Amino acid sequence: MKKPPNIFVRRTVFSAAATFLGTVFALPLVWFVFAPFNARAELGLAIPSPFTLSNFATVFQNTFAMQALLNSLIQAAGGVVLVGGAATLAAYALSRSPIPGKGAVTYILLLFSSVVSGSAAMVPIFLIISAAGLIDTHLAVILVFAGGLLPTAMFILRDFIDAIPRSYEESAMVAGASPLQAFFDVALPVIRPGIVVVVVWAFVNIWGSFLIPFILLRSDKLMPASVAIYSFYSEAGTPIVTLLAAYSLIYSLPVIALYLFANWKFGFRFFGGIKS
Amino acid sequence: MKTFSLLSTRAGALFLAPASALVGVFVIIPFFWVIVVSFTNRTLLGRTAVDPDFVGLQNYFALFNPATFFTRGQFGFSLILTIQFVLLSALIGQALLGLLLAWLSQTVTPTLKSFLQTAVIAAWILPEVVIGFAWFAFLDYDNGTLNMIMRGLGLPPGDWLLQQPFWVIVFFNTWRGAAFSMMLFNSAFQSIPPSYFQAADVAGATSWQKLRDIALPLIRGHVVTDLILITMWTFNVFTPFLLTHGGPSYRTEILSIYTYRIAFKDFEFGKGAAVGVVIMLINLAFALVYLRLAHKKPVEAE
Amino acid sequence: MASVEFQNISKSFGAFVAVPDISFQIADGEFICLLGPSGCGKTTSLRMIAGLETPSSGRVMIGGRDVTYLHPKDRGISMVFQDYALYPHMNIADNIAYPLKVRGEQETKRHARAKEVADVLKIGDLLKRLPSQISGGQQQRTSLARALVYPSEVYLFDEPLSNLDAKLRLEARGFLNHLQRDMGMTAVYVTHDQAEAMALATRIAVMDKGRIVQFAPPIEIYRRPATTFVANFVGNPPMNLVPVEASVGEGALHLRAEGLQLAPIAPTEAIAKAAKSGRMTLGVRPEHLRIAGQGDQNIVSGELFANENMGPESLVTLERGDNGRVTARIFTDDEIKVGTSVHLAFDTRHVTLFDDSGARIPAADER
Repeated sequence: MKKPPNIFVRRTVFSAAATFLGTVFALPLVWFVFAPFNARAELGLAIPSPFTLSNFATVFQNTFAMQALLNSLIQAAGGVVLVGGAATLAAYALSRSPIPGKGAVTYILLLFSSVVSGSAAMVPIFLIISAAGLIDTHLAVILVFAGGLLPTAMFILRDFIDAIPRSYEESAMVAGASPLQAFFDVALPVIRPGIVVVVVWAFVNIWGSFLIPFILLRSDKLMPASVAIYSFYSEAGTPIVTLLAAYSLIYSLPVIALYLFANWKFGFRFFGGIKS
Repeated sequence: MKTFSLLSTRAGALFLAPASALVGVFVIIPFFWVIVVSFTNRTLLGRTAVDPDFVGLQNYFALFNPATFFTRGQFGFSLILTIQFVLLSALIGQALLGLLLAWLSQTVTPTLKSFLQTAVIAAWILPEVVIGFAWFAFLDYDNGTLNMIMRGLGLPPGDWLLQQPFWVIVFFNTWRGAAFSMMLFNSAFQSIPPSYFQAADVAGATSWQKLRDIALPLIRGHVVTDLILITMWTFNVFTPFLLTHGGPSYRTEILSIYTYRIAFKDFEFGKGAAVGVVIMLINLAFALVYLRLAHKKPVEAE
Repeated sequence: MASVEFQNISKSFGAFVAVPDISFQIADGEFICLLGPSGCGKTTSLRMIAGLETPSSGRVMIGGRDVTYLHPKDRGISMVFQDYALYPHMNIADNIAYPLKVRGEQETKRHARAKEVADVLKIGDLLKRLPSQISGGQQQRTSLARALVYPSEVYLFDEPLSNLDAKLRLEARGFLNHLQRDMGMTAVYVTHDQAEAMALATRIAVMDKGRIVQFAPPIEIYRRPATTFVANFVGNPPMNLVPVEASVGEGALHLRAEGLQLAPIAPTEAIAKAAKSGRMTLGVRPEHLRIAGQGDQNIVSGELFANENMGPESLVTLERGDNGRVTARIFTDDEIKVGTSVHLAFDTRHVTLFDDSGARIPAADER
């Protein structure tokens, strides 16, 4: 018979472990808290004195860097519009329309999308885009992202739409609406929260992505921020740390903002559910 | 004769068209095309760019050539490296760490829990380029935070990216991905009625016993799902490229980076496609196992 | 208003046959209840009238028109759904006015009409609210208002009261009764609650496993149930059914069961025929049983199983020797202890007899 352990001791050990792990996780990012505000920032961790916003001023004056942010925005916005629109329509059809083999389609779709990863499909995607003459265009990046993100987006939205009672559209049709009217008047407004989820998820994915634009784009003026940052610090010789730190922070802001927004609206479940 | 439905089959097909076109072109066709290209000697430049020959399984023989299989910088080496990477970073690293983090989250104060979860999740949601850069700074020999701590503790600093590159990417990827496992196990733990744990408390169980005898068996399905998912993602991950470019001397060249080098540095598309096919086959195995398990899950969750 | 007719309607979902073959006629102005347990096909039948399901075979007629393959919006119907189907993003006024919006009426006119109907249903001051901000009873009335806001030939109700608590349900039921008399609406109303059907219907169609077992006015269903199924379904508590051994001898019908003492019954031709199988079922409703006294000839006896004092009456249940239970509605303040012997008496004229297939045997004075 074992003596029950001292609860206080256990609590302390757990708290210590949690603090330790939290600190370990935060460590690589601590530098980021200070460096963007340090006019003499280096790779080392240093408390800036004084705190300054001059790095940000430099970034705003760098046309290449700002252009890259705009490119990220164009690609992410374009991708999101395509994914949101196509996925909503497709998911509605999968949920409400008696298409033969619906279940199999979803199954196969998920299978394909997880098998054909960026790493596996770099070559054919490059070749397809080349063949279409779209190498080095925003459109190429947007289309490829849309194609890759659609299966998961459709899956999420279809589940969402399935949960909406069919009596909504049925009652609309009894009241005199055509299927299209019922879709726009009654179904779409109720699906909206799901679309928001998909749009946020897709935006974060495209905004942060590196490999696809890296492969499909050539000219500097189309590069999104992810590739721009990479080129800034991977060049031989010392990277301009002040610029990079501030730029990275600006680049991260939309993602942090969207995460906080999603967390506020949907709670932690959002990201846990989405990624799966 | 028309059967009533909320959306007619014809309208449904129209609704599906845009998504089908996009997925068809950028997911389905690449699946088949990568297989086709893998049987050719296609390259980016030169004659074989416009007029590639059909070479059968030659690319595959080259990949699996026993003579060069284990040589650093060759396919076999990369494959083995990737397997080790996945085992350590996903199965052991992310899953175990995620489990530990979730368990701790259940038992510590809300403030501490917030701190812990924020740190872990920040690592996951920040763009990959940014964290690549953050780790680049973190590991810098002269000024990096890690060495600063090492020196502070009286330990010798290391030129980590040069001396221990493989372990760097293992820890890097574990750090990056632990959040997903943590959240998955979190929600799994929260779905267990608190009364189960309270009953165990009354019976005098320790935390370890509660974890081992109550929590783990009940979330077994989630554990397996998590393992499969993160294994698949880690297997395909490209982010370590941002830290090491696959070097030094190919010592961190996991399969995704190897594919990139072969296809876009050496411009050998045929061979790159063959590697892509191998990756897809392995992914397929994972995906099938996952989908089968996902179908069974509702029964297990009871 | 219009009539409704099913001609040899059948409906299958894949291999599952929900409705094998139904035909019926509903006249203009009738309030019909489709009554039955879950899975009996009543909702499927209603949805086929609405056009939300297409029959596998047969014809649906509304007002003499063949509407079998017509879209719901072209059938001249209104429908109230079980979950009310109120659109969460629209306020009450817009919800009620939606059918008018779809018909192209302009906003002021729509909202005026919606207010009219809302006032009748006493939800006129809720028009600006959202469905999530009103109570269940108010949601139900909103759903009803939407059905009433435009003229229809037939009104369809799919268990509209089942999500309400008991008191609200009674109120709503009373209101529907009033509305039906007022408007003379042709209505088809699906429910599994026999009290609702009894209270509202001009005729009840009792359904079981996709078939109509009896289609008659409520009082007929109650007094002359066509089968043991109907007898057991309608009435609360349901009719007591006692399986008995039957034989005809000495010019009289003799029925035997544990704890049953019965005066011999004069056999009609129908009774005699049914008695040939040796088995019948004897039915007597709880309100026709009383504590037995001197001179009672029909008595059922057993041990007291339960005594539920409901206020106006007590429900006394006894358990007979072979474990069959009989419940009586007794108006008494007498204490009856559990375990004591109880004897309940009834009159022969309140006996209903069923043959061994469960079909009712017509009494001597019928037809």
